[in-house]
Amino acid sequence: MAEQLRMVEAVRETLRAELDRDDSVVVYGQDVARAGGVFRATEGLLDDYPDRVFDAPVAEAGIVGTGVGLAATGLRPVPEIQFQSFLYQGFQQLAQHVARIRSRTRGTVTCPMTIRTPYGGGIHALELHSESFEAGFAHVPGLKVVVPSSPAETTGLLTTAIRHPDPVVFMEPTRLYRAFREEVPDDHEIPLGEARLATEGDDVTVVAWGSMLRETLDAVEDVDASVEVVDPRTVYPLDTATIVDSVQKTGRCVVVHEAPRTGGMAGEITARVNEEAFLHLEAPVERVTGYDVPVPMFAREDDYVPDTDRIAAGVRRALEF
Amino acid sequence: MPREEIAQFAIDSVQVLSADETVDEELVPALSDDELLAMYEEMKRSRRLDERAIALQRRGEIGTYAPAIGQEAAQVGSAFATADEDWIVPSFREGPALLVHGVEPHQILWYAMGMEEGAEIPGGEGALPPAIPVGSQPLHAVGVGWGESIQGTSNVAVTYFGDGATSEGDVYEALNFAGVYDAQTVFVCQNNRYAISTRLADQTAAETLAQKAIAAGIEGIRVDGNDVLGVYRVAKEAIEKARDGDPVLIEALTYRRSMHTTSDDPSVYRETAEEDEWEARDPIVRFQVYLRDRGILDDETVAAIDERIEADLAAEIDKAREGAEDVDPADMFRFAYDEMPPSLERQMAAFESGGAPGGETDG
Ligand SMILES: Cc1ncc(C[n+]2csc(CCOP(=O)(O)OP(=O)(O)O)c2C)c(N)n1
Repeated sequence: MAEQLRMVEAVRETLRAELDRDDSVVVYGQDVARAGGVFRATEGLLDDYPDRVFDAPVAEAGIVGTGVGLAATGLRPVPEIQFQSFLYQGFQQLAQHVARIRSRTRGTVTCPMTIRTPYGGGIHALELHSESFEAGFAHVPGLKVVVPSSPAETTGLLTTAIRHPDPVVFMEPTRLYRAFREEVPDDHEIPLGEARLATEGDDVTVVAWGSMLRETLDAVEDVDASVEVVDPRTVYPLDTATIVDSVQKTGRCVVVHEAPRTGGMAGEITARVNEEAFLHLEAPVERVTGYDVPVPMFAREDDYVPDTDRIAAGVRRALEF
Repeated sequence: MPREEIAQFAIDSVQVLSADETVDEELVPALSDDELLAMYEEMKRSRRLDERAIALQRRGEIGTYAPAIGQEAAQVGSAFATADEDWIVPSFREGPALLVHGVEPHQILWYAMGMEEGAEIPGGEGALPPAIPVGSQPLHAVGVGWGESIQGTSNVAVTYFGDGATSEGDVYEALNFAGVYDAQTVFVCQNNRYAISTRLADQTAAETLAQKAIAAGIEGIRVDGNDVLGVYRVAKEAIEKARDGDPVLIEALTYRRSMHTTSDDPSVYRETAEEDEWEARDPIVRFQVYLRDRGILDDETVAAIDERIEADLAAEIDKAREGAEDVDPADMFRFAYDEMPPSLERQMAAFESGGAPGGETDG
């Protein structure tokens, strides 16, 4: 029975389904239980699963760190970090323990935790509520990093993430939470590490994920060329093969992300394209990204986050090189 | 050695002006009539600023805003106890304390308009900008208090945070550092009973928040945070101790009467009966009754004060709107570094030329 859901509802229904399917799933975080989450992503779950849905103290290191212990007892923690920037408070636990517990213990202790967190700009939120640190998480070996771009993608990827044996940082694009509805199939899994072609084309490949995927699809409508848009879906592991195959076909590549340019995922994707498709390239890989500045507060935010104009201009540069 | 008790602790609680308007004359701080009236006016000014800001947010003129309605006594009382050279190190709900310290309403509004201009602290104000990450700023306050002591002054830093913040590791670290370095710092924890939706009982099993000082080896004390005279008294004493290098944690028991922020709906997690109970304990009403009883406030003075506040805020809102028209987006590049790295210069040039062909690549 497929339903029309918004992304935030897709999150909620997936959590409900997994709580229902697997007694070891526990959901917790700031304001997730009684209030149902500041974005209402966990609304109603407490009523149905009072023993496995919890409000947490305002302590991200605690939320992430206790996950290691919960997992050690055989549970599957699915904490929410209210906004991605506050995962920095838990970053030490993430990098020092969550990501390493499997390799340190040679697989005897593992941490099948899915940390959900809204990220990114575009909703005129407060200072430090709009960051996109996917490259930082991807840089920590042992973690997987997932960024869905639609409601159906959310159910498929979140289901897989929760059932997955390794820790996953699941970054939900805030501005897509309520942006549109989509038909969402029941109980489907999308494998981690498999990209999808959002549109097919022959002239240029554009790689974009999360909220930037939507922006990119809008932008390329105005571009007079046949554009192939690749949604990697998981930033780590990155589906190099799909990107490379596409670039070998089109000969041109543009990477779009809202995170700052330096050290962003576009650098990594460019390197992989150079390694595996260099002789097919007819233009340098183009990057359309945020700038190397702290994400400004919302009076300047629209000037920071790549919009359709900047994306279309980047695609044209790649085409016209 | 047998088992024996080796330590004992107690937490004092202070109230000068009780909810039923009885006054502990012995504890009334020595403040002149003018000072008392000034305190009253600041409380009303911040209340009106909050009310107007909520209306501006509803009309889309400003963004998410965190009102301090109900917490004016905790903030105004403690900020009044500071000297001009002291520091205020706020979280995101400290409009009242910042106003007392000389920050102007239009700056608070600019911040709420998503403008970095609102986080600019004019020279000499002795304040740091709002800290959005919960519980992150007490460490800065300890740095300030320690820095002042290294440099041989007696200036103190007064930092504000909520009950929820006491769960963050940074707050424990701050209390501990303060004790170790004799930092000239006063911690004001506004226990307003909720961290967004989370009740105190779900935040901590501790009986008081003041007792969190004990593990760090510093003094902790509780005060009725809706009693501006009590808060002033406790803060004044704490600040004097901190000047000598004895940091203090004050727990001000209060209540956030409105929403957490303008994006919050408190009806999801609390009862109107509880809200009504706290309305009756409103800090401004309580102080007003006291001032009238003392004969230093009458209808005429109230009206004059209200008029002054309305005129002041109208002018400040105009100023905020005017400033918002002048926002230069390229400022985001100018203030990221003292010396702009070459790659960033190229990004800024591309930005200013409208992302012209070739402009996005920066090497
Ligand atoms: C590190 C961090 N985690 C989470 C948040 C989201 N958040 C904003 S305010 C808040 C509750 C804070 O409660 P408290 O410390 O009691 O202060 P109050 O808002 O009641 O003044 C939370 C969880 C945040 N801003 N920073």
